[in-house]
Amino acid sequence: MATKLPATDVVIIGLGWTGSILAHEMTEAGLDVVAIERGPWRDTATDFSPAIAPDELRYAIQLDLFLRPAQETLTFRNSPTQNALPIRAFGSFLPGNGVGGAGVHWNGQTWRFLETDFIARSHLTQRYGKGFLPDDMTIQDWGVSYAELEASYDKFEYLAGISGKAGNIKGVRQPGGNPFEGPRSREFPLPPLEMTYAPSLFAKAAREMGYHPFPTPAANASQPYTNPLGVSMGPCTYCGFCERFGCANYSKASPQTTVLPSLMRRSNFTLRTECEVLKINMDGTGKRATGVTYVDAQGREWEQPADIVLLCAYQFHNVRMLLLSGIGTPYDPRDGTGTVGRNYAYQSGSGVTMFFDDKTFNPFIGAGALQQVIDDFNGDNFDHGPLGFVGGGSLAAATTGGRPIGYRATPPGTPRWGSKWKKAAVTAYQNTATIGNQGSSYSYRDAFLDLDPTYTDRFGRKLLRMTFDFHDNERKMAAFAANRAEEIAKAMGAKQIVKRGLADHYSIVPYQSTHNTGGAVMGSDPRTSVVNRYLQSWDVSNLFVIGASAFPQNHGYNPTGTVGALAFWAAEAIRTQYLKNPGPLVQA
Amino acid sequence: MRKIVILAALFAVSAHADPSFETLERGRVLATAGDCIACHTAPGGAPFAGGRPLPTPFGVLVTPNITPDRDTGIGAWTDEDFIRAVSRGIDRDGAHLYPAFPYVYYSRVTREDALAVRAFLNTLDPVRNVVESNQLPFPFDVRATMIGWNGLFFEPGVFKPNAAKSAEWNRGAYLVEGLGHCGACHTAKNVLGADRTSRPLQGAVLQDWFAPNLTADLRTGLGGWSVDEIVEYLATGRNARSAASGPMAEVVAYSTSQLPTADVRAMAVYLKDQPARTASGVAPMAADAPAMVAGAAIFQDSCTACHRQSGEGVPRLFPSLKGSAVVQSDDPTTVVRVVLNGALAVATDAAPTAPAMPPFGWKLSDPQVAAVATYVRNAWGNAASPVSAAQVHELRAQLAATSN
Repeated sequence: MATKLPATDVVIIGLGWTGSILAHEMTEAGLDVVAIERGPWRDTATDFSPAIAPDELRYAIQLDLFLRPAQETLTFRNSPTQNALPIRAFGSFLPGNGVGGAGVHWNGQTWRFLETDFIARSHLTQRYGKGFLPDDMTIQDWGVSYAELEASYDKFEYLAGISGKAGNIKGVRQPGGNPFEGPRSREFPLPPLEMTYAPSLFAKAAREMGYHPFPTPAANASQPYTNPLGVSMGPCTYCGFCERFGCANYSKASPQTTVLPSLMRRSNFTLRTECEVLKINMDGTGKRATGVTYVDAQGREWEQPADIVLLCAYQFHNVRMLLLSGIGTPYDPRDGTGTVGRNYAYQSGSGVTMFFDDKTFNPFIGAGALQQVIDDFNGDNFDHGPLGFVGGGSLAAATTGGRPIGYRATPPGTPRWGSKWKKAAVTAYQNTATIGNQGSSYSYRDAFLDLDPTYTDRFGRKLLRMTFDFHDNERKMAAFAANRAEEIAKAMGAKQIVKRGLADHYSIVPYQSTHNTGGAVMGSDPRTSVVNRYLQSWDVSNLFVIGASAFPQNHGYNPTGTVGALAFWAAEAIRTQYLKNPGPLVQA
Repeated sequence: MRKIVILAALFAVSAHADPSFETLERGRVLATAGDCIACHTAPGGAPFAGGRPLPTPFGVLVTPNITPDRDTGIGAWTDEDFIRAVSRGIDRDGAHLYPAFPYVYYSRVTREDALAVRAFLNTLDPVRNVVESNQLPFPFDVRATMIGWNGLFFEPGVFKPNAAKSAEWNRGAYLVEGLGHCGACHTAKNVLGADRTSRPLQGAVLQDWFAPNLTADLRTGLGGWSVDEIVEYLATGRNARSAASGPMAEVVAYSTSQLPTADVRAMAVYLKDQPARTASGVAPMAADAPAMVAGAAIFQDSCTACHRQSGEGVPRLFPSLKGSAVVQSDDPTTVVRVVLNGALAVATDAAPTAPAMPPFGWKLSDPQVAAVATYVRNAWGNAASPVSAAQVHELRAQLAATSN
């Protein structure tokens, strides 16, 4: 039986990027905020000391910072005709755990989606005609435009001290930046990172082929930075331990390095760590959330009443919390009705590994977002008419860090072990580079999330079930991108090129991407979206569901920039509209 | 019944004081300048309710409750009782206080200001908290010993302004030498724990930290700091050179970052005017000395990520070691302990990031710590005596003893 706690104005589920930003905005508005986080407290000073941070075995192999399947996992199947089985070791994607969430362990690539991405269905239909999209493709417009989100993107980039070069400021093209991006209101807060050799070689070849290379916007600070909250970051040391690691040098933007030092000083903010929310509680009408029930580390149950509930956990945790709490109508793939769990999407990676015989790339000099990239084949920046697919991706040569255990590419024909392998591994370490495509993953009728009928977690709650496979549209797109990468690789002078496209079927075993999206998507029609354009639940107006769960489909970029923008966008709607007049911000 | 007593106490207090808002606000600012809250609050305890153990060379003292609780605090004290304690170090019962309570400094506070502080303390919630202050071993536990000590080292008397100096300078002097009691840490003590008045504010060791020289010495003092830099340091805990940590972090958090800017600036103006002692010339060690070579390698490996190759760090985040007074202090206690145990910079509203220096004691041996300390004391134009492995060994043992 849960013990009832004193009510608070706002309760936040999960203290990652979105939870931290919302908590800061809500406390700034004068509200009392309680954040409930399943994982432990983590901060730079005590958890990410430079004396221990680059421990590849602990963090990259043993996955110290990540969620354990024993805490929460999900079941998986490729198609609705199969029986799903539980994921007992995370592989394809790695959900975070603890304060800071995925903001702790990310690489730092901080993108804005393209203007046409936000109107994907209407734009593609208008340009290519009604029959162009596959029948089972369920992509849709976001309900919010790039122009509307611009100020929120800007807020996130200045919060996080993003290093980059604008390509378009207020409609004026900027040399050196991305010519395809939507207009920005101003330049990035920091200049781009210093560039390493492999990306530079890629940029040169791409430019000579008529493409438009530019440095990826990076949350790895190129210079010391103090953000608008007064929180300071140190310059990146190019140590190459970003993804899967906490940053020891206050250089990678995370809630820890950008928000928490300010937030934790606020007397109207309370954080409860190692407390897991069991469900969002509803009143008798089913229209209003009354708070949450959670279990603390000692197994005691507590009820935290609140006027506003902000669901800010990871993408599939958000979806599962809605389903477990009975909020909204679960999606039914048989007739396409219902919304919760609909339009799950992922990322479609492809590209090439290049083996040279005369290069010294020094891959140990790296940073999570240290890369040159072209957007010439992203979104609808190129004519899909003759190609027979839609979507695209950002095509990039990166040096994220040549870590001793994981960075072990060898050219085709190398034995898997023995002295010949050792010799090849040593040579290839300096001679290898990659071009990767961060490919879009559009949504389909048979790709969705629901509650598993068989398997439960340690509290007896049903696990989330993922039903997902790649589709021909994405396979074609990925192959197309790999072919473009191969052409650039040849121009770079690679002696051996290994292409990779999408597998025949999606597998949850090899690591691919922690860019899971959708399931609680935003939109302007409550029949096809869970939340309205302000991330407010259509069904429960004092509940906002914030994160990549709101993406109607996934585009050809890393998601965090847009996740951060959506957090500021929702916060502003709550502050300027909801608090003045609590209730639905959009009439259904 | 207790409620009635408390209500009666509150009534008594308010009836006999009835100070104006201006007086209370002045008292609050002065109590902040005095940093009363830092010592008179136990870790995790109610503010001003006492109970914090203060380690001294003579044993442990526990700070008393100064909330207006009549039984366990100072609620029953008359204003005269309070004045006598603050200005002469004698408590309500006539017993002598120990100079860990800095009455030697507070004696310089005007009666009017002391009463304002009292008036402010009277506005606090009374907290019942019984504290046994005197936990010193014999013979130090005999409070009467302080009579002789006071005869030797204590000269009661209110601050006398220096007519030759500006009003701002005099305000700074009043705060630094009075409520601010900067010398309590920054002036060396004799064997009986009294200030060595011949070496005011020239730095001293306490609690295994070296409180640095605040005089105008260019190498080991504030000679290279501008008034603005001193102000920024006191007001935010940071400036382009340094970050407050250790005992000074607490001073910044509770006191100087909470003071009106004009008062902080006055303190800076006064401090900036403290003449340097005649420094004995110290030549930097040769770069090819074995300790320097070893230290440079350790520095390169373990320190450059934050402090940079140039030793200049990152302004307002990672302190500059180049030109640092703490690093070059004659006494290397701070630099050695920070390498061994790490340190956490203070967080303030203006500078909320509290960057940490990680501990290296677990991975560096005594000779390695000595080498890297020697290196940073003598690289980039710095100059200071070398640090020996024996010094590191001794401090490591002391730190282990105090943390257990």
